[in-house]
Amino acid sequence: MDDKLIVGGREFGSRFFLGTGKFGDKEAMRKAIASSGSELVTVALRRIDLDETDESILSFIPGGTTIMVNTSGARNAAEAVRIAHIAREAGYGDWIKIEVISDSRYLLPDNQETIKATKTLSGEGFVVLPYMHPDLYVAKALVDAGAAAVMPLGSLIGSNQGLKMRTLIEVLIEEIIEVPIVVDAGIGRPSHAAEAMEMGADAVLANTAVADAEDPPLMAAAFARGVEAGRMAYLAKMGKERREAAASSPLTGFLYDE
Amino acid sequence: MMSKSLSGIDLLHLTIDDIRRIFSVDDRGLLEEMAHAARELTRRQFGRTISLYAPLYIANYCENECVYCGFHASQKSMPRSKLTMEQIDKECAALAATGNRSVLILTGESRFHSSPQYIRDAVRIAARYFSYVALEVYPLDEEEYSELYLAGVDGVTLYQETYDRARYDELHLAGPKKVYDYRITAPDRIARAGIRHISMGALLGLTDWRRDVIALFEHVRSLERKYPGVEFGLAFPRLRRVADDIHRYQEVSDRDMLKIMCSARLFFPRVGISISTRELPQFRDRIIEFGVTKMSAGSSTRVGGYLEGENKYEDGQFEVFDPRSFDEVKAMLRSKGFDPVVTDWRNIVNS
Repeated sequence: MDDKLIVGGREFGSRFFLGTGKFGDKEAMRKAIASSGSELVTVALRRIDLDETDESILSFIPGGTTIMVNTSGARNAAEAVRIAHIAREAGYGDWIKIEVISDSRYLLPDNQETIKATKTLSGEGFVVLPYMHPDLYVAKALVDAGAAAVMPLGSLIGSNQGLKMRTLIEVLIEEIIEVPIVVDAGIGRPSHAAEAMEMGADAVLANTAVADAEDPPLMAAAFARGVEAGRMAYLAKMGKERREAAASSPLTGFLYDE
Repeated sequence: MMSKSLSGIDLLHLTIDDIRRIFSVDDRGLLEEMAHAARELTRRQFGRTISLYAPLYIANYCENECVYCGFHASQKSMPRSKLTMEQIDKECAALAATGNRSVLILTGESRFHSSPQYIRDAVRIAARYFSYVALEVYPLDEEEYSELYLAGVDGVTLYQETYDRARYDELHLAGPKKVYDYRITAPDRIARAGIRHISMGALLGLTDWRRDVIALFEHVRSLERKYPGVEFGLAFPRLRRVADDIHRYQEVSDRDMLKIMCSARLFFPRVGISISTRELPQFRDRIIEFGVTKMSAGSSTRVGGYLEGENKYEDGQFEVFDPRSFDEVKAMLRSKGFDPVVTDWRNIVNS
């Protein structure tokens, strides 16, 4: 099936993105990336030892994988920008996932600061993927600010609750056609990932659900297939769900009875 | 996740009243359920990772008379010293060479011997060796905290010791620490100064631990609402010597500790919980499953302890009960399916 995802001018065969936090061992993380076929992973700059010892998280990421540094720890736009600069100077590329969080209990993204950071960094040539609370006006502002994709949260980070934001994400999918929509956060099962893709999301990012599984590589593969199945169903244009059984003799049939 | 416990307490939506109930009963079934819920929640929030850090004592001059502490002012047999900046540099280098990237700098309370300027200069040095620099020093003014933040401080640890005002007065015989209010308002000043991590706790055993833990939880919860951008941490140090009739210390059992840890995790899903080398290895290795996110490793509690090498566990502020090296603790964590996290912060104020 020739169905490539294009983000920031780069082509991706897999629509499953994987976060690298929370794994109990880095070897399992490496295997999970490999078994899922994911071509884009996120890494928190705060977890990268700039001295790059053998245990550095980067040495466990297969070659050819796009590494997107996230700004975990940033509380405002200025801090997110600074983290992106450090990442670029340290040689970790130009792909940045903006996470601006100034509430440590729920880890909800600060949409206003996220727009500011997106604007600054995309102006500096970064490929910017902002993590956001699904709000249409904010999504439009992010597109205007130069975002390469928009990443609405499915539900609270790490909650495994799935698509609690479903209705709002559907609005984004319907209205934001300039850039891909990547559902991020709260995706707890492969079926949640499939559901997001069936709705028409362009990609799904997961982390906790894979890292926390007894067998992370197997779970990562399951997620990749969930994403694939959902995407295929979307392309195949599923029949709509109906509230009632479709009557075999239509209600308006009498109009045509002669 | 199952959240309704046997006794009808909704473990995932605990209230302070629920915690009071939990602390007042001895219910093995309930504790088992709490342990399961706390473990699952910790894994979901933090994954199978534990961050490592080590304390660095740079001075032990102290003007306080805290009856429970080995550093107190009238303890004349305690050799007093403070490191020069050159020595601090060497200590940092020695500690960093073990692989550690996260340091907690400690001093006694003496504005004369370990002034805010002295601490600030030490922080500047440490920031060159470590990706995360925290402080455990006497409470300061907001402006002083701001200066330390700009010098590279990522976190501050400050324990209230006890929230029982009368008992606090009784245990702190003399010295600047005697002023309860200046200490209890310090987290507000730290937060307003922009410092991101504030670790709080009570020294369990000074009085009824139930009351202190409840007061601590209420304090942290109110601060969370006031300063949502701050990441709060909790620690539950307990007194080791309780056979002391004069001071009427109270024992905190391992079972109590587990109850406290699990309640903390369930009440504060995202809060970091640390456990020091004051606990025995066998207890540390077990309790990490139920909410702990940070532990000290390869610790010396002696001024200049990392360079001296020998006798480093004697004469410290408190005895180190877990003498394992940094690498040994990492190996233990791996054997239990945890990834020991050495780097989990990047100071962006100074970079």
